[in-house]
Amino acid sequence: MKKVTYRNQFSKVLGVNLLVCLLFSANLFSQDEGASAGDAAKGKSLFNQNCAACHALNKRMTGPALANVEESIEEEGLDREWIYAWVKNSPSVIASGDAYANKLYNEYNKAAMTPFPTLSNEDIDNILAYTAAPPPAPVKAVAPVGGGENASSDNGFSNELILGALVLVFAMLVMLLFMVNKTLRRIAEANGVVVEKEASEVRTPIWKAFVQNQFLVLVTTLILILCGAYFVYGYMMQVGVDQGYAPVQPIHYSHKIHAGDNKIECKYCHSSARVSKTSGIPSLNVCMNCHKSISEYVGNPEGPSQDDLANGRTNEFYTGEIKKLYKAVGWDESTQSYTGDSKPVEWVRVHNLPDFAYFNHSQHVSVAGVECQTCHGPVEEMEIMEQYSPLTMGWCINCHRETNVKVEGNEYYEKIHAELSKKYGVENLTAAQMGGLECGKCHY
Amino acid sequence: MASNKKYWKSEAELNPNDSIVETLRHNEFVQDIPVDDFLGDKENLASSSTNRRDFLKYVGFSTAAATLAACEGPVTKSIPYVVQPESIIPGVANYYATTIANGYDFASVLVRTREGRPISILNNTDSKTNGSANARVNASVLNLYDSTRLQGPTLNGEAVAWGDLDAAVKMKLGSLKGSGKEIALLTQTYASPSTKRLISEFKDMYGSNVNHVIYDTISQEAALNAFEKRYGIRALADYDLSKAEVIVSFGADFLGDWQGGGFDAGYSKGRIPQHGKMSKHIQFESNMSLSGANADNRIPLKPSEQKVALANLYAKLSNSSVGGELSEGVKAALDLAVDKIKKAGSKAVVVTGLDDENAQAIVLAINEMLGSVSYNSNEPILTRQGDIKAVNALIDSMKAGRVGAIFIDGVNPVYSLPNSDEFVEGLKNVSLSVNFSTNENETTSVSQYVAASSHYLESWGDVEIKKGHFALTQPTIKELFDTRQFQSSLLKWMGSDKSYYDFIKETWASSILGGSDWDQALHDGFYVKSKLETIVDDVIAPIVVEGDSEASLSPVPLASSLRALASASNSEMELVLYPKTGMGDGQMANNPWLQEFPDPITRVSWDNYVTVSKSDAEKLGFVNENVANGGLDGSYAKITVDGVSVDKVPVIIQPGQAVGSIGLSFGYGKKVGMKSEMQTGVNAYPLYQNFSNVQSVSIEKSEGNHEFACVQLHKTLMGRGDIIKETTLEIFNTKDAKDWNVQPVVSLDHQEVAATSVDLWDSFDRSIGHHFNLSIDLNACTGCGACVIACHAENNVPVVGKDEVRKSRDMHWLRIDRYYSSEDTFEGDNIKKDEFDGLTGDKGSLGGFGELEHPASNPQVAFQPVMCQHCNHAPCETVCPVAATSHGRQGQNHMAYNRCVGTRYCANNCPYKVRRFNWFLYNNNDEFDYHMNNDLGKMVINPDVTVRSRGVMEKCSMCMQMTQKTILDAKRDGRVIKDGEFQTACSAACSSGAMIFGDINDKHSKVAELKESDRMYHLLEHVGTKPNVFYHVKVRNTEEV
Repeated sequence: MKKVTYRNQFSKVLGVNLLVCLLFSANLFSQDEGASAGDAAKGKSLFNQNCAACHALNKRMTGPALANVEESIEEEGLDREWIYAWVKNSPSVIASGDAYANKLYNEYNKAAMTPFPTLSNEDIDNILAYTAAPPPAPVKAVAPVGGGENASSDNGFSNELILGALVLVFAMLVMLLFMVNKTLRRIAEANGVVVEKEASEVRTPIWKAFVQNQFLVLVTTLILILCGAYFVYGYMMQVGVDQGYAPVQPIHYSHKIHAGDNKIECKYCHSSARVSKTSGIPSLNVCMNCHKSISEYVGNPEGPSQDDLANGRTNEFYTGEIKKLYKAVGWDESTQSYTGDSKPVEWVRVHNLPDFAYFNHSQHVSVAGVECQTCHGPVEEMEIMEQYSPLTMGWCINCHRETNVKVEGNEYYEKIHAELSKKYGVENLTAAQMGGLECGKCHY
Repeated sequence: MASNKKYWKSEAELNPNDSIVETLRHNEFVQDIPVDDFLGDKENLASSSTNRRDFLKYVGFSTAAATLAACEGPVTKSIPYVVQPESIIPGVANYYATTIANGYDFASVLVRTREGRPISILNNTDSKTNGSANARVNASVLNLYDSTRLQGPTLNGEAVAWGDLDAAVKMKLGSLKGSGKEIALLTQTYASPSTKRLISEFKDMYGSNVNHVIYDTISQEAALNAFEKRYGIRALADYDLSKAEVIVSFGADFLGDWQGGGFDAGYSKGRIPQHGKMSKHIQFESNMSLSGANADNRIPLKPSEQKVALANLYAKLSNSSVGGELSEGVKAALDLAVDKIKKAGSKAVVVTGLDDENAQAIVLAINEMLGSVSYNSNEPILTRQGDIKAVNALIDSMKAGRVGAIFIDGVNPVYSLPNSDEFVEGLKNVSLSVNFSTNENETTSVSQYVAASSHYLESWGDVEIKKGHFALTQPTIKELFDTRQFQSSLLKWMGSDKSYYDFIKETWASSILGGSDWDQALHDGFYVKSKLETIVDDVIAPIVVEGDSEASLSPVPLASSLRALASASNSEMELVLYPKTGMGDGQMANNPWLQEFPDPITRVSWDNYVTVSKSDAEKLGFVNENVANGGLDGSYAKITVDGVSVDKVPVIIQPGQAVGSIGLSFGYGKKVGMKSEMQTGVNAYPLYQNFSNVQSVSIEKSEGNHEFACVQLHKTLMGRGDIIKETTLEIFNTKDAKDWNVQPVVSLDHQEVAATSVDLWDSFDRSIGHHFNLSIDLNACTGCGACVIACHAENNVPVVGKDEVRKSRDMHWLRIDRYYSSEDTFEGDNIKKDEFDGLTGDKGSLGGFGELEHPASNPQVAFQPVMCQHCNHAPCETVCPVAATSHGRQGQNHMAYNRCVGTRYCANNCPYKVRRFNWFLYNNNDEFDYHMNNDLGKMVINPDVTVRSRGVMEKCSMCMQMTQKTILDAKRDGRVIKDGEFQTACSAACSSGAMIFGDINDKHSKVAELKESDRMYHLLEHVGTKPNVFYHVKVRNTEEV
């Protein structure tokens, strides 16, 4: 059980203040430099909306790196007017025979930049302001003040310690008693006192009495056997149930970052879940839809959490995993192109239904509208993907018994639902009543 | 009046003293399991080195080990695409329209692919040209995954690169250009406009000494010649049998492979009685063929007698006379045929499969004379174009050293030529021989270069099946190996960098499509030119023979043909060579599905054999007997034609075989490049002298006994009758249904009540939701067996091999029972004989005399596909101790394999004997070296159906996976399911319309309508099982029952 780190409010406030200060100073700088000033903050949001798909500040992507782009343009002897023209309609600039425009066009695989006629000159000024003086990288996390978490772990530790100490004290007490007894006896013997034997010879010891009582023996044995059988059965039923199975994958893919932090819809990547029996592990080209432009992990502004750090999951670690993806898909970052040298990723399958059980994702996802999380658990919180549900037949059947069929607006169900619900005298039919418990529906 | 005929499945059943057949009738196994032999043998037990303690130790250890091993689950890998193709969604099937054109089978088909691999072949129902996939076409997908396929080109057996091969060929071609030496292309019939253009361009490039010889393994020379002489085009007349009211056939197995096959759909349409009418089919033939088995009147005749009969038919139709001796019975039959033809006029059609140009010419003349509406010479069939004269000339040239290079594609002449020795000898004089082949075979072993060629599912191609009817072949998977198709190679050698795909597209754009859309044609898989266009393109007019047009009724131009036919020489024993339904010309012999496919007539799998009539067999001393394990044994024969003899040919005594004739099928006896299990049967091609399928022959008994894997006595119905119900058209039309479709009665409180009214169980309400029923029309079923193979492919039915089939352990979920029938008793015969009155009619002596001799001489035949009947009150369900088999609301009888513990009670209690037990693990087991034990062969497995393990029962699921898929698709789209959407593998494969599947709760569905039909009956209705499969009474268009 892990507790969420309670972040220090103070450090947060401090961080924000620092950021504001830096931004403000950047603005001052740009005002000094630029001909017409722009708002770097506005520029940042504009940049992210319009440019970030193809441009980064300090890295060549589909298009060139844009940090201090105005300076480099000036080196070419071009001014801001040229930039306005280019951004608003780059193909026409190329068509006009502009030398630098054509050079750029050819250098970047003849991929013309999308025209942005909607951007005003002011917008472009803002963007340029942002590119000229980008806000500093997010403040590295101030060393977390070990408040709550440390305390809690201390507690856990001390509890055990106390218990251990108690046991020790207890044991010592017992030993003491024993020793006292022994010493007293010795003293008594030395004093010539004969310690009388108790009337033990008269009374049969309890174990003997137990052995002699056959009925009791029988009952006890029976109870023992039944209990044993119960536990053996319970154990055997666990064989082959891999609930909690969380294998190490060739690429450390974090559902928490993708589905949780970035809120990517499950079916964006697992698209075949809508139409096919398998949910489909996304092919690498789907990864590259985003990772073409996301080549490094910057994490959340506060930096990796305590937990991540404890497991070595730093930003560099995640970036390294992205590089693994690039290697597999054959993406050359420096040229921003595919080398054609690809190697499929051999993921370890987490959910293994036996071959004799037929399960269809689209039936559940598209027709029944079941949330992915119903069976797969809080995937958006899973750093390492694990099997959340037992995937046993009993589990399937329970759900079929409890879940109502989603019939609204589905013409297929109209007639059968009307007739069946009348027959069973219910308002809403469960999947089981619809025939979802029949053997042949899943086994053929 | 229901017929009270006696039905029998094997000739042996007619012998009342055959104890084995008697035992088989009541027991599944003839022998008891020899437990006593083993346990009773004290000495053996005592001397065994393994004593009881050891045994317990082993058991204890292995149990513990197994338990420990089971604790650790295996790690499964899941490997997604790097770049997923847009059209592929894992778990969803894609369908592509393509065309098989392997030189023997030509059909427009749909290929179902999963994750990019073809897994089954379906009918392309949109294509009306040649839209039915037969058993072989259905099985052809497995040849793609044949583990013995050639994986790359070779030179004298050593692997070689394509580049080197191309260089060598180009050099040779260059040096041969203008040298006067022949460059020969020996190929199958392509009927491909693009290949034709390609070869002519090849000719343009390498000079006139390029000689393209087309060779059909099984020749249609006579029919081609006759048609060519009459119409000026080397093709075969097309027939639409759905329009025919009378069909008279002389040795034409048009439900088999006659003229390339594909006539069964039309035939069946006419066979279903509608408004009191159905077509009349009279068949004169020697071997019992599928067509003969379906005929109303079948007259067994030797081929020479058939010729005389045909000549007489022509004479009678044209009111003239011609000589030739015929027996009384045949004359009577001819009279009947003439009578019917004259009545039907243009609605009659005559066909022949006689390998005789005169006979073929006469038939063309008759059909023209009749103006038969079924006869179509304007759009002739182009799928056979072989030329024997050219083949023989090529062999002569080769022997004389006049051939510089030979390229062979699609044929295996060393195996299939009767004079293959000469071919091999000639090949030695050819300095370059390149053989395109998918597998090693007899010809590749003597060729220099073996160019590994692609399977049709990996190739591009086009074909003109009939004049004006085009079809396209498109690859459904990338080449699995380093293979290349013949046409691509030709393009390479011509120095072109065009792909064959582009080449086809050019051809189609320039001369076929005429403005239509290429993409649409490719999507459909076929393209039919409008009639007008065809006629404008190529006018096919009859070549005017003197007086032909106005004197078509006069026999003058055909007089010589007639005379020749009428005086056809009669030899003592005539051999008729034929292609078997499962094997065809033998090019798919390495296909385990086809090997295990039981022949529809003899029900023998894994073999070919010589079929002999009962009386000839008695004369020659041949016997068929059932031995103790229930298997069928037969004598061996030695067959000699013209000094060439084939020894050790197993003999099957075939009811209905014409006396004085024997039959032997092509396609077996292949040795080179075959897995040892597939090297079955004997090669009949050496007997195919002069490419004539009729030979004068001598036959004698040979030593030894052959063990057949014959399923005809397996899975018997334990003596319960009324399996087949049949009646005649007359009774059907005139009498009440209760007379000819008798409903069984049972005794309840000493009263006879309808069996269906009494029941042990309460009925469930099945009126809500879907309720699936399968209708099987015994009139439309021709017994072709396409459904059997389709079921194999869809349901991952394992192949068990010859030995296991012999032990009645075949796994076919769907079997097609074949019943012979004749008069019940000889007393019946005597009464009948006394009452003979006239030739035809109820008491006619026609056919009657034949039957009197012996019931097996000319029986009637009925085919009955039997699969799990999905009884609503299923006997199997009540006896299962673990509830592994249960019933669903939709009418299907479910089978949960993982629950089954293999007690086999269910199989015991099934009255229809449709449950199959997995005696062994058939997959991943090298003991069963067919296709499920290697990675390549496993690619054909349908991922939606469980592959069963050892020790469980299995049976037809009514294609649960298909019905569920249909329902799911409808749910997802939120719509109601239309009739026709529900299909099973067998009903989808059935092109004859015999099997119709659907939801009877949908009152407008076809199957609901069929269930209300008068002809509907259930199998063994008196048992009270209430099946969800129903049949339709067979109606024969005969006068006598």
